[in-house]
Parts: sequence; structure tokens; C-alpha cells
Amino acid sequence: MSEVLNIKELKRFKSVNKSVKKVDGIALVTGQPVYTNDFDVPGALHVRLVRSPYAHARIKEIDVSKALKIPGVVTILTYKDLPRVPYTRAGQGYPEPSPYDTFVLDKKVRYVGDPVAIVAAETEKAARLAAKAVKVEYEVLEPVLDYEKATAEGAPIIHDEPEAVGVYDASRNIAAHFEMEVGNIEETLKKCDKIIERTYVAKTQLHAMMEPHAAISYFDPNGRLTVISSTQVPFHARRILSRIFGLHIGDIRVIKPRIGGGFGGKQAIHLEPYVVAVTLKTKRPARLVYDRPEVSMATNIRHEMKYTVTIGAMKDGTIKVIDMKGLSNTGAYGEHALTTFMVAGSKTLPLYNKVEAVRFTGDVVYTNLPSAGAYRGYGAPQGLFALDCTIDELAHELGLDPLEVKERNSIREGESSPIFRIMGEGREGVDQIVRSCKLQDCIDKGKTAIGWNEKRGKQLRNGNKVRGVGCAIAMQGSGIAKIDMGAATIKMNEDGSFNLLLGATDLGTGSDTIMAQIAAETLGVKYDRIKVYSSDTDMTPFDTGAYASSTTYVSGNAVRKAAEMVREQILENAAKYLEEPAENLYIENAKVISNKTGREVTYEELCTKLFYTFEQKQIAATASYVGEESPPPFLATFAEVEVDLETGKVNLVKLVSYADCGTPLNPIQAIGQLEGGTMQGIGWALFEDVIYGKDGRMLTNDFFTYKIPTRMDYGKLECGLVDSYEPTGPYGAKSIAEIGIDTPIPAISNAIFDATGIRLRKAPFNSEELFFEILKKEV
Amino acid sequence: MKLELTINGRVHSVEIDPGEMLLDVLRRLGYKSVRRSCNSASCGNCTVLMDGKPILSCTTFAARAMGHNIETVESLSEDGKLHDIQESLLETGGAQCGFCIPGFVLTTKALLEENPEPTEKEIREALNGNLCRCTGYESQIKAVLNITRKRGGHVNE
Ligand code: FES
Ligand code: FES
Repeated sequence: MSEVLNIKELKRFKSVNKSVKKVDGIALVTGQPVYTNDFDVPGALHVRLVRSPYAHARIKEIDVSKALKIPGVVTILTYKDLPRVPYTRAGQGYPEPSPYDTFVLDKKVRYVGDPVAIVAAETEKAARLAAKAVKVEYEVLEPVLDYEKATAEGAPIIHDEPEAVGVYDASRNIAAHFEMEVGNIEETLKKCDKIIERTYVAKTQLHAMMEPHAAISYFDPNGRLTVISSTQVPFHARRILSRIFGLHIGDIRVIKPRIGGGFGGKQAIHLEPYVVAVTLKTKRPARLVYDRPEVSMATNIRHEMKYTVTIGAMKDGTIKVIDMKGLSNTGAYGEHALTTFMVAGSKTLPLYNKVEAVRFTGDVVYTNLPSAGAYRGYGAPQGLFALDCTIDELAHELGLDPLEVKERNSIREGESSPIFRIMGEGREGVDQIVRSCKLQDCIDKGKTAIGWNEKRGKQLRNGNKVRGVGCAIAMQGSGIAKIDMGAATIKMNEDGSFNLLLGATDLGTGSDTIMAQIAAETLGVKYDRIKVYSSDTDMTPFDTGAYASSTTYVSGNAVRKAAEMVREQILENAAKYLEEPAENLYIENAKVISNKTGREVTYEELCTKLFYTFEQKQIAATASYVGEESPPPFLATFAEVEVDLETGKVNLVKLVSYADCGTPLNPIQAIGQLEGGTMQGIGWALFEDVIYGKDGRMLTNDFFTYKIPTRMDYGKLECGLVDSYEPTGPYGAKSIAEIGIDTPIPAISNAIFDATGIRLRKAPFNSEELFFEILKKEV
Repeated sequence: MKLELTINGRVHSVEIDPGEMLLDVLRRLGYKSVRRSCNSASCGNCTVLMDGKPILSCTTFAARAMGHNIETVESLSEDGKLHDIQESLLETGGAQCGFCIPGFVLTTKALLEENPEPTEKEIREALNGNLCRCTGYESQIKAVLNITRKRGGHVNE
């Protein structure tokens, strides 16, 4: 099980780097009504959406008359009743690098499940009945269901509406395009001893967070529009709602309560516009909660991507050239299209920074399938699958140990890569030197834990079963440099406690707790003296939201800054109160103490005096932070598999992952993030397969047909952290949220090869396919 | 139709639709700890105990619960003190988003009553129907093993 290595640091810090319990933990384990759908809002209308049965069609006529007659139905809205404002559902910094190609409701539908009408009724039953009774006449169009054919001559055009903005080439269904080159690929390839070209495909994946998406809207007693939403991005939601409905940002309030998991799936504006449309029309509260099938097919899924990787290397395994050509499937709408595609390069290519020439090119195309969006890893795992496995293949062809090849060509502390500057998210990146990198320690620990040298290449057989091991290394980032910003407000109370108001959204990661620990460390109090509130666009300062592994690094730095400012104010006021210069004073255990006279004043006393009798003022501060760089965490993963040669079934015997996330501010929670991400990666590698019908309907839209891993689906999982210190991070921290999902697919693929000599180049790895390969090869 | 339901020792008299599921009735009565995730008997988030045994309330007719004792997670910490399963989850980091936790806690409670010293394998088997998308399961398994340890039982990892 998990290991935490931090003896040194444990001594140094008082609040951070400690595995304290979550600040919201008691509410969670006692089942308090904390999620969006637990809020009772009197008189709320039940909202249901009528959805398209066709993948591609134009609406000829909608007849709501029969549905309106059903008792309890209050209103039914169609595209005719809504403003025609193009927008993107992507919850990204503004202006978004995603095309504005979406309308709340459109005359055209672009995937099976695309909404065509909003029904609001007094009861859920009436809403469901009415949704069925809405009659829609469609002109059915030919759909584009194969993303490899999306740009073909004569292919149906998915976004032919004139209002869409920012689409790269609508006439060819290309949502986004990117290309970059460093050095000279062709010339450098000529100097290489070995050139290898391989194509890998990572299919889509569902977020499958346990809490379905939910939103409630209402007018508060002062007539302000209030939205409660299970969102990762309340401030983006507010901005986008204001754009769609022509309301002032200040007239909208978005509240984010506890969230039951997000993983990027709640980094978009999914349900909010529908409930708001109903509330604006009826002046009544409205509630919409998606069913599981709606969560699966009508929110976001992961971008399916295909990469052809060409690598040029010397005989000794020195990699000189990496050329990646990609194709990404964004589905019906282009949210996060360009950015996920770029991340597939920007978070993988700098890892192999010893090359002389690099190229990354490709298209993100529209199809008439569910819309892809943000998902933990955000393109990086798709890119890494192709890159890591091609390197693995190269090593085998050169007769070298693949781990050695990866180890030797990868980035180390103090090094850089031109990719950092060239590729950002949707635009240029930011130059940076990797200041903290303990990748080698991660590799060494994992290698020992799996028994790499003893097991590799042995193909240990036990009856019909054969074993093998595989490895993969990865890097990610910590927030989006020079774009994403977080802010925090801290105010002091007269009992010496503090309120920490955060725009950052804890979606179950434990970020509220970590933020409390950072503030407590800086202010010299116990972390339970920090009362955290996140997040509410009215009450908390701005934050771009919880995505891109940003919270610990970006919001965490903002908290540290705010806490330092409050600390200054405490010292200043204590200096007046104690009549001693501030330089003589230090802070410890909720007290200000003089190192000259030994006199002291408790926070409680000081703040009470400040409120009622002395100076009479509030101690408080707000600080903002935007990352100047995005320090990558690192990861090494090793998988041991056992393949049943009679069935093709892959049994994951053991998976080991060691990560460098800087100083883990809360080791247990950091490991929890790593374990959770890793398990999602294992699921994607072995179990989670999205299947569509011939008509483009998602057939696997529930937990029966879409199988996420259960407790019985893996052998041993060992996740651990190695210590490093990121000088730009709050108390040395970097991110950990995403990286765990990057490596399981390549590590397991490489392990299957080690066991059977068979390369599976399409994930998830299907037993049936493997079985037929085994038959062909007679392993 | 009218129904008498005993929930956490309290008798409720409720009006229900004949086909209504226990999950809907429980949430309507304010037992919001019972969560709906899949509504199709495949995630375990809606688990409650019926006469001490875990059942899935999303696919159990409310009418079937008549005459039985229903227990939700709200009953575990009524006196303000956490149940040791809850405490243990907090210690190991086994509750991330928390959405799966009420179902997890109740299934674990039933498991430990039947088998106070489960092995890791037995824990995995008993809790297999309780999906969690956040934790990667390890911290939750550890939480259950720790309870056995704290209760003075023998831990067979
Ligand atoms: S909601 Fe009942 S099992 Fe999923
Ligand atoms: S803690 Fe989030 S689903 Fe289990």
C-alpha cells in the first residue's frame, strides 16, 4: 500500500505536509445534505430535456400543444423561445480558445441526445410525460460517425450555421488545427541509425463521477438570479450565463456546494442554461438533475485520439527525432478541442527533451457523436500512450531495456525544453526550467517495487497463463501559466479563528483542506482554526476554477500570499498594542511574542481589542496569484500483468506508481489523488469501452454496459510519493490531480507485450482482440 | 397508497405511488444521505440496511420495506459521535467527494457485523458492488482493515 517519505519535512512544517483529516470530512461521512440535488428549494419546477433520436438532423417542426395539456406542465421552451447566441460550453479562461459553436437550443441537432426542448412541470412525472409528448419532425441528415472520415471530400458539414465563430475550417469539419516544428525533422532523420513509425489509438472514456450533474436556479428575495450547480467553474458559468441571456454579471450569483466528483466533466456549462431559461420565463425556481444515461452521453466524454509517431534514434538508444501526427475527435461541439490536442504534445514532448528535432501536427475534427471535453489528463494520456509505447517498441527493436531508453532520454532537474515556450494551452507557452524533478527516484523506487530486472523478458508461464512487466514515465503541469488565476480572502475573527474565502472549487479532492493547511502554516495556528468557504461568486474572490491541476499550485499560492498579508497586519497591530517594533515580534501558536521582552498577546485578545476597544478595525486581506510557470509533477509507473492464453483476459497482478509532486501538502490526500487517477487509467486500459450503435447512439450509457473498475478488478496497487521541493509552489508543492491517469495504458500495453510479444495499439485492450492475436502468433 | 415505514427507529406514515421506489421515498422524507447515482442497481450509492442487510433502495419497491427496519447513515452518528467506520475513513482519506460514502459505510457495517475480522479479499468481495470513482479503493480497504485492528481483532492483510 501507500508510502509517504517525508521525515525531514514533517519536522520542519507545523500544518502543511501533514495528513490531517478533511475539513469537510464529517459532513461527508455522516451523509449531510451538501450536494446540489440535496437542496430543498420550495416550489421548484422539475426540468426535463427532450433529446434528439438522430445523430444529425434539422428540426422541421416542433409541436408542444399536446405536451402542454398534461396536468402540471408549466412551460415548454424550444429554440424559438431562446436567444440565438453562439457560445462554448468549455469553462476556460476568457476569451476561450474554443469555438463558439453551441446554442442553448438549435434548429439543428448534431448527436443522439442533443437537446431540442426544455420541459418544466410541477412534478417530475409530469415533466417526463410531457417530454415524451413533445412532437418533433426532423429532416434527417447523413451523419459523420467515423472521425477518420470527417474531413473527406463530400462529407456532410456539421457546423454549417453562419453564426459559429472560431471554427478552424467548418467546411471540412475541422474544429481546430495545430502544427509546430523545432529543428529539421527530415535532415535529422537522415543521421539516425533507426527510424520507427507506429500508430496508436486511445478511444474515448466516460468520467463516470458518482454524482450526476445537477443545477437549480431561482430568483432570491432581492430579485437576483441565483444558480446552485455541481460545477468546477462557477465564475466561468456566471460569465457564460451573462453572455447567453444578456444579463449583467453582477446580477447573477453562482453557488457551488459540495461536488460528488468531477474529473473535468464538470468543467463546462452543461445544465445551467436550461434551468436559467425556465426561471427567466416563469420567474420560478427550477431544478434539473441528469439521469445516468444523460450524464454519459449528453455532457462530455474524453477526446478519442489517434497518433502516428515517428522516432529517429541511434543504435545506443539516443533519441534524436520525435514526430507526432494526430487526429482528435471532438464530437458534435468543439469545447476544449484545440487545448486538449495541444496538451497531448505539450505535456509529453518536453519529457524527452534530449532530441534534436520535434514536430507536432494535426487536426481536431467534428463528428456526430457526443461532445468531448475536459477530462483528467486532458489529452496528455492519449499522447503519452502513443509516444511511450513507440519508444518501448524502439527499445525492443534495438535490443535495449525500454526503461533504460526512457530513463536516459528524459528530462532532469535544471533542464528545459523548447516545447515549454512553443506549446501552451491554445496559444504560445511559457519558457521554464524544471526546478524540481525527482523522476529518477520515482523510477528507482518503482523498479525495485515491481522487480523489473528479475521479471522483464522472462515470460514466466504458469499453465495457460503468462506474465510480463511494462513501464511508462510521465509529466504533467500545475495550472496554466500566465492564464489561470486564483484569489483568496482571509479575515480574522475575535476568537483568533480565520475565515478563508476561496473561489477555488473543491470537487472532492480535498483542496479546501489543503488551502486551510497553507493558511494555518503561514498564520501559525492549527488548521481547524481556518474556516473555509468555497465557492460562491457573490461571497468569494475570483478563481478560474478547479482544472488543469491548478488548485494546489495557483490557488494555494494565492492563499499563501493572502495569509502573509494578514500575518503582516497582525504583526503591525500587535506592535502597536505591545508597544514594540514589529521586527522584535514573531508568531507562534496563535500568539504574537516578543523575542526581546518575552511579552505576548494572543490572537484572541488582539482581535477582540481591535474590534471593540483598541484601533478598532478589521484584519483582512485578499491576494491573487497567476502562475508564471507551470511546474510539472513527474511519475514512473510499472505494471505486471498475467495474460490468459486461452481467453485473452488480462489480469493486472500489480501496478506501482511513484510520483514527484513536490512537497505533498497533505500526503494522504495526495496519494488518494494518485490512486484515484491511476484506477481511472487502469479502467481505461482494461474495462471502459464506449460503444455506439450504427445510428451513433451511445449503447454503453449506464454502469451495466460501461464497466468502471470495481474492487475485484485489480491485484495490488502501490502508490507512493518521493520528496522534492518546488521553489515556486506554496511550501514546495506541485500538482498531483491528473498525472496518475497518464501512465496505466502504456505501462499495461508494454507489459502485455513483455508477456506475449503482442503489441496492442488500441486502448482499451480488449480480450477478444488479444485472444485472436494470440491464436495468430501461437504464443 | 398509505405506507408505514420504520426508518432509523422512527415510524413514518407516508403516501406513496404504488410503483415508487424506496430511494425516492427516503429522499422525499428528508433522508438525503441516500444518494442516487445510476438508478439501475449497479453502483451501490443508494444502499440502505433493511433488517441489517444491505439493499439497493433504487430498485426496491417502497412497499416492500413495510414491516422492516430501514437504516440509513444518518442513524450512525445520532449522538454527535462518529461511528468508528466513519472515523476510520477520515483517517485513511477514504472519503474524497463523499458521494459513495453512505452506501460504503452501511455495507461495511453489515460486513463487520457478520465477519468482524475480514481479510482484504473478503472486504473486496463484500464491497464489490459499491463503486467509487475517486479513491482507487485502496484507502477505503485500508479503513476497514484499520477498524478490525482498532477493535482489537486480528488483521489478516
Ligand atoms: S443508485 Fe442504486 S445502485 Fe446505483
Ligand atoms: S469518494 Fe467520490 S465516489 Fe467515492
